[in-house]
Amino acid sequence: MQHKIPVEKLGPQGETMARAVEQCVHCGFCLPACPTYQVLQEEMDSPRGRIFLMKEVLEGSLKPVDAEPYLDRCLGCLGCVSACPSGVAYGELISSYRMHQEATRRRSPLEKAFRFGIQETLPYPARFRAAALFGSLAKPLGSLLPKKLSAPLELLPSALPAARPLPELYPAEGSRRARVALLAGCAQQVLRPEINWATLRVLAKNGVEVVIPKSQGCCGALSMHTGERARALAFARKNLEAFPSDIDAIITNAAGCGSGIHEYLLLFKGEADFDKAAGFAKQSKDVSVFLSELGLLAPKALHSPVQVAYHDACHLAHAQGVRSEPRSILSSIPGLDLVEISEGDLCCGSAGSYNLEQPEIANTLGRRKAANIVASGARLVATGNIGCITQIEAALKKQSPEFRVLHTLEVLDLAYREILG
Amino acid sequence: MSKEVLQELSKLLPAGRLLTAAAALSPYQSDALTAFKAKPLAVALPESAGEVIETVRWCAKHQIPFVARGSGTSLSGGSLPIDGGLVIGLNRLNRILKLDPKERVAVVEPGVVNLDVSKAAAPFGLYYAPDPSSQPVSTIGGNLAFNSGGAHCLKYGMTSNHVLGAKVVLPTGEVVELGGESLENTGPDWLGLFVGSEGLMGVALEIKLRLLPKPEKYHTVLAAYDSLEKAGSAVAMVVASGLLPGAMEIMDSLAIEAAEAAVQAGYPQDAKALLIVELEGETLEVEAEARHLSEVIEASRAYKVQIARNEAERAKIWKGRKAAFSAVGRLSPDYIVQDGVVPRSKLGQALSEIEKLSLRYGLRVANVFHAGDGNLHPLILYDGRVPGELERGEELAGEILKLCVALGGSITGEHGVGMEKKRYLPAMFAEADIELMRKIRQSVDPHELSNRGKMFPGGEAEALVRQGLHPLEKRGVISRE
Ligand SMILES: Cc1cc2nc3c(=O)[nH]c(=O)nc-3n(C[C@H](O)[C@H](O)[C@H](O)COP(=O)(O)OP(=O)(O)OC[C@H]3O[C@@H](n4cnc5c(N)ncnc54)[C@H](O)[C@@H]3O)c2cc1C
Ligand code: SF4
Ligand code: SF4
Repeated sequence: MQHKIPVEKLGPQGETMARAVEQCVHCGFCLPACPTYQVLQEEMDSPRGRIFLMKEVLEGSLKPVDAEPYLDRCLGCLGCVSACPSGVAYGELISSYRMHQEATRRRSPLEKAFRFGIQETLPYPARFRAAALFGSLAKPLGSLLPKKLSAPLELLPSALPAARPLPELYPAEGSRRARVALLAGCAQQVLRPEINWATLRVLAKNGVEVVIPKSQGCCGALSMHTGERARALAFARKNLEAFPSDIDAIITNAAGCGSGIHEYLLLFKGEADFDKAAGFAKQSKDVSVFLSELGLLAPKALHSPVQVAYHDACHLAHAQGVRSEPRSILSSIPGLDLVEISEGDLCCGSAGSYNLEQPEIANTLGRRKAANIVASGARLVATGNIGCITQIEAALKKQSPEFRVLHTLEVLDLAYREILG
Repeated sequence: MSKEVLQELSKLLPAGRLLTAAAALSPYQSDALTAFKAKPLAVALPESAGEVIETVRWCAKHQIPFVARGSGTSLSGGSLPIDGGLVIGLNRLNRILKLDPKERVAVVEPGVVNLDVSKAAAPFGLYYAPDPSSQPVSTIGGNLAFNSGGAHCLKYGMTSNHVLGAKVVLPTGEVVELGGESLENTGPDWLGLFVGSEGLMGVALEIKLRLLPKPEKYHTVLAAYDSLEKAGSAVAMVVASGLLPGAMEIMDSLAIEAAEAAVQAGYPQDAKALLIVELEGETLEVEAEARHLSEVIEASRAYKVQIARNEAERAKIWKGRKAAFSAVGRLSPDYIVQDGVVPRSKLGQALSEIEKLSLRYGLRVANVFHAGDGNLHPLILYDGRVPGELERGEELAGEILKLCVALGGSITGEHGVGMEKKRYLPAMFAEADIELMRKIRQSVDPHELSNRGKMFPGGEAEALVRQGLHPLEKRGVISRE
């Protein structure tokens, strides 16, 4: 599509944004893949509609504030990227656009406070734990609060699991096959510490030594996706310092963090330490990919067969192209029957902090996902992202409370420990 | 138009159905042909047939032109808004109202997506046959208005062969039922007149479709050639052999490159042309035909032949073909898709003429086409930022259409005339014929409210906001005022 975007005035990401607009041929192949379009059935809430809107704002013919409602509703799920035959880098466009606009955007005091609250708690496990604990206690008050404040409460479990600090080193069992470093994730440590522990046990069992750098922090994805560039850069740089170099890979086990790190290439464009960040991104891998490449120790056959539905986390499937590895890990468990979920490419509505900022659409998508999962026939669903786990658990609780929602590595860990089925 | 008139419409419709803010309208300014843009007065998003009828009656009362819009995938400006007119977006009318596996019919709302009909019919072993490449996106309403076709229309015919009836609100606000239970009706073929009328005769509200039993077996062959001509003559050989494949498609090297980059279909990258032939039907029959086909393909001097061994491999072959148009966006910032038809026997000649034109105009042309029907889709690649390229591309596109007519073909196979090709209509029809068509249209729509300015030459050319002057405008032959 032709445009008159003043590329030179838009900083290091200008070229990226213009290129995405150019590549869009307005064919609409992305419409069926877009969750907001599926729910709202209107063009401005579709990928190609948003591309049009961003183009016009960047060209100067549309006021940014007019386009905001539609651009804010974008989940950043990247379903459109997988669907686009023309190779439009929509993710890079919307991330760059948000970073570019946030600097001049006006927000109401309540909105500011809300966003500040998210930015100042979610990325810090200790603060998030305190807030979540308070939230869990406040759950019964939910109905008294305005919607914006009660929505986050619905996602919290009624009791938080006990904090279980991670060691700095987790040794390999038997002879060492590899040495890696683990990015522990923020929300994940508070909401489900078991995921990291399961990851450590599985890696150890496969002969992998794991370093867990103490001084690591948030990957910065949350800040980047909400347009807070400076904050995202600061988080990222902290990790560039924190991680050792004598390792075979940096392991992520939350899809959101993994894709966030891969986006360092965009975030650091034009920065002096670009090469360092690019090297970091190149070294990082989702745990399922790492294990598949390494070669997995085969688990013993289950005592009784178990049906498992696999849910593609958007930030694994669409953002990192990781679809087959988690499936082959699950299928490698003898007696595990892997089933697919229909509309599997459609986002569950979690999407980082989206379910906190746009609760209505997030809830609609959550219900739709839950119905599809229930229809799969399985009673256990596995996925590779803490955000999806929280969202799907909350949605399923209303429809099918007996359902179990586990991280792929938790399933594997249970199989190794011979307590899955 | 006064504010009160629009207020009246917003009162007629429940809340949340009418878009008027600039940011909400802007994404509706083009269909899949983005060289054309126009800003509508407003966009209505009705959620029931009743609301559509109310909306059209309001248009009729105030003489406001309107355009029905499905998924906006038209490649000819068919769903381009009318300046100061209303867009009626039908995407929220997306319910399948009835699916009768015994009668093998489905009754659907116009905003139902083509592929969703087949998905709903699949549990009964049935499917909806017309398969435009845009089938995961385009709507039945749009398919009906453009009489869309696809790869498999070689054997099964176009949309018109699969529509049994339609409930329509005419531009005057009157609601009529066209067609009936079977394809063999007596009396004038009103339904036939409506199908393919490009939105000029009102809005379809409910459409009755014929479903077919899914073929028992497919046999999909991918043959690679070292020249386009060889692939072209292979098509003629298959036809001459008496076989009637479900589909026969050709892609040239540029299209192969683009499709491969988009979906990794596993196409041979060194091929100058690829031919996809698919046989389908009962197992025994297909097996016998497959043997026959392999002899023909061998004689056609294909240098590499691949046969899909399972459904996944078949899907992969088709995915590349169906993604080809959009995938060309990877090779070039802009392109024009053409849609001309030539008699099958003249395919080879047409292709070599197109190649010559491409050299003469200095623009790359990618070719993807329904070879079995002689329906060509040359994609003309240009860069809109280079001064003069768009104009050169359009001239080249015009030359190709003239070539099609000269070879005894047509200026459109399935994408419609819309906005883009109306100036070429006189190349195909005499003035008197066009006048007669216009009279028929006016008898249904006396004020030309429904999709005003499309299809017929002249008319509301000012609705167009082009990126530059048209070459004919520059030469002072036509003007917009
Ligand atoms: C990548 C790509 C591939 C394509 N491949 C093919 C192909 O293989 N074969 C093919 O035939 N076409 C193809 N097309 C063109 C296009 O998809 C078809 O013309 C399709 O039928 C348009 O459907 P739509 O829902 O997008 O309609 P729109 O583009 O929204 O509208 C098309 C026309 O239909 C009218 N219309 C829409 N709904 C109604 C209604 N309810 N009542 C009356 N009029 C209505 C509109 O006014 C307009 O004139 C392709 C397009 C793209 C972008
Ligand atoms: S699929 Fe890609 S090229 Fe087509 S409209 Fe969507 S973003 Fe644009
Ligand atoms: S990222 Fe997701 S929500 Fe946003 S436009 Fe793409 S598909 Fe739609």
